Amino acid sequence: MIQVRIRKTFPVRPDSSGFSLDLEFQAAAGVTVLFGPSGSGKTLTLDSIAGFVRPDEGRVLLDDQILFDGATGVHLPPQARNCGYVFQNYALFPHMTLRQNLEFAVERRPRLERHRRVNEMLERFRLQDAAGRRPHEVSGGQRQRCSIARALIGSPNVLLLDEPAQGLDAPLRGELYAVLRQVRADFKTPVLLVSHDLDECFELGEEMLVLREGRIVQSGTPRKILDQPANLDVARLLGTFNLLPAEIRALDPGRNSSRVVMGDFELDGPYFPGHLKGDRVTLCVRPEQLRATSKNGRPVPNQVAAELLRTIEKPHSVRLEFSGGILVDVSRAEYESQRDRESHDGQKWTIEFPREALRVL
Amino acid sequence: MQIDWFPLWLSLRVAIVSTALALAAGLWIAYILANREFRGKEALDSAVTLPLVLPPTVLGYYLLVVVGRASPIGRLWEDVFGSPLVFTWKAAVLAAWIHSFPLLVKSARAAFESVDRSYERAARTLGASEWRLFWRVTAPLAHRQIFAAAALAFARSLGDFGVTLMVAGNIPGRTQTMAVAIYDAVESGNGRLARVLVLVISAIALAILTLANRLVPEGFKTR
Repeated sequence: MIQVRIRKTFPVRPDSSGFSLDLEFQAAAGVTVLFGPSGSGKTLTLDSIAGFVRPDEGRVLLDDQILFDGATGVHLPPQARNCGYVFQNYALFPHMTLRQNLEFAVERRPRLERHRRVNEMLERFRLQDAAGRRPHEVSGGQRQRCSIARALIGSPNVLLLDEPAQGLDAPLRGELYAVLRQVRADFKTPVLLVSHDLDECFELGEEMLVLREGRIVQSGTPRKILDQPANLDVARLLGTFNLLPAEIRALDPGRNSSRVVMGDFELDGPYFPGHLKGDRVTLCVRPEQLRATSKNGRPVPNQVAAELLRTIEKPHSVRLEFSGGILVDVSRAEYESQRDRESHDGQKWTIEFPREALRVL
Repeated sequence: MQIDWFPLWLSLRVAIVSTALALAAGLWIAYILANREFRGKEALDSAVTLPLVLPPTVLGYYLLVVVGRASPIGRLWEDVFGSPLVFTWKAAVLAAWIHSFPLLVKSARAAFESVDRSYERAARTLGASEWRLFWRVTAPLAHRQIFAAAALAFARSLGDFGVTLMVAGNIPGRTQTMAVAIYDAVESGNGRLARVLVLVISAIALAILTLANRLVPEGFKTR
């Protein structure tokens, strides 16, 4: 269990516009993802926990050990913190073999225990064959596993990973996720993972903290955050939403229903707590929740007529861009059947907004 | 022609001892300059670099003031060892040292700074003390450049003239190093001796530079 409450301010200087980090969270066993764009303070947070950066105030508590406490001036050096840190470039010592890299981390333990731990780690991370080789002589996957093994061999109280998948090709990325899932299952260590990849959050994260400009703007399970972004900022950061201006025309908590107006169209939605009739809001729907049909029928409730402007091919789907900035993702088969259907005007489509998918911000 | 090779042996001995002394003190200062942030860091850097830009005679003058027979350090030396420091081969070592030390610190600092910070950070999170970090990670990773820096310092020690002349003098058979001997030979019209000595010292310098250049480019791959 790690509890973090830190504040750090970098003043405005001629060469920088200043930055302030101010956040509070805790993480238990399992993977917690720090998600945010570059410059949001993710790595700074890890470095404050590991002891490379001294916050201005706050407190970092790991299990029942105080790593940092601004009020009493406690600031343990990185050596005394027992945090495993996996660096973006792995930082395996290039002049040592993989085995020596692992031994370095347990050098102060009794010889028998050292030997046992190193062999156990080499076996667990399938590194026995490469143990005698140096980092530049082994494969990328082996380097990756070795750096994780090295971070874990000293039984750290928390494992910190700084964008471990950055710059990896797809197979290596998949391998990394498999290793991390294994780690999550085998070790009781809380894992803090820095990432700006939403797929990664879903792949690995039990908890997700969304960071923006040094603040946590939302936290929760990745699924929950994607289902209901807390505000427009979060929705923009996640980057996977239709964000459309609209106005609330009617709200009925009793029947759990609402009516919103978007341009010339009226849509039925669920009741939106916390909003008032007449509010100008942003409608927030994921492109894959919408259904598009090329049949140009009369607009019926929860359908919007729009003109198809462009199609963008994606590996597993096709993204349709409509007038009014509406994006719809459909499967390739679906798109082809719709396209082939006879229509008096190929560009006119209707888009259905399923009632339950509607969210407003 | 009978050539007195004493200056060559003396120069080599002086250069070896002064390089060793420069390494002992210089690596430490270079490491601190490369890794720590503290007040007066730039002042320390400037103070260390100063001998590089001062005229050798000025350096020699300062040394005479600091370790001359009238100075406290000079007197202490005389009390402890029974003979004065100035105008001995040990003074020549001191002269060569002050001449080569800044160069060593400069290049060793660059060597330490060239080591990727993430290795040092990794070592720290793995519980390594600063001492173990230096000997097991930073120094091995920078060792080629440090050897190159030492080679340059050695070559510079070998070639010192002005400072040596000021504090060690020109006593044939006692404090006359190669550089001084060459000057002496030219002054006294012994052109053949001067040519031989010049060729020898050029060859040594060239060999050292070649060695230094071969050491530097090979490094470790990181990712």
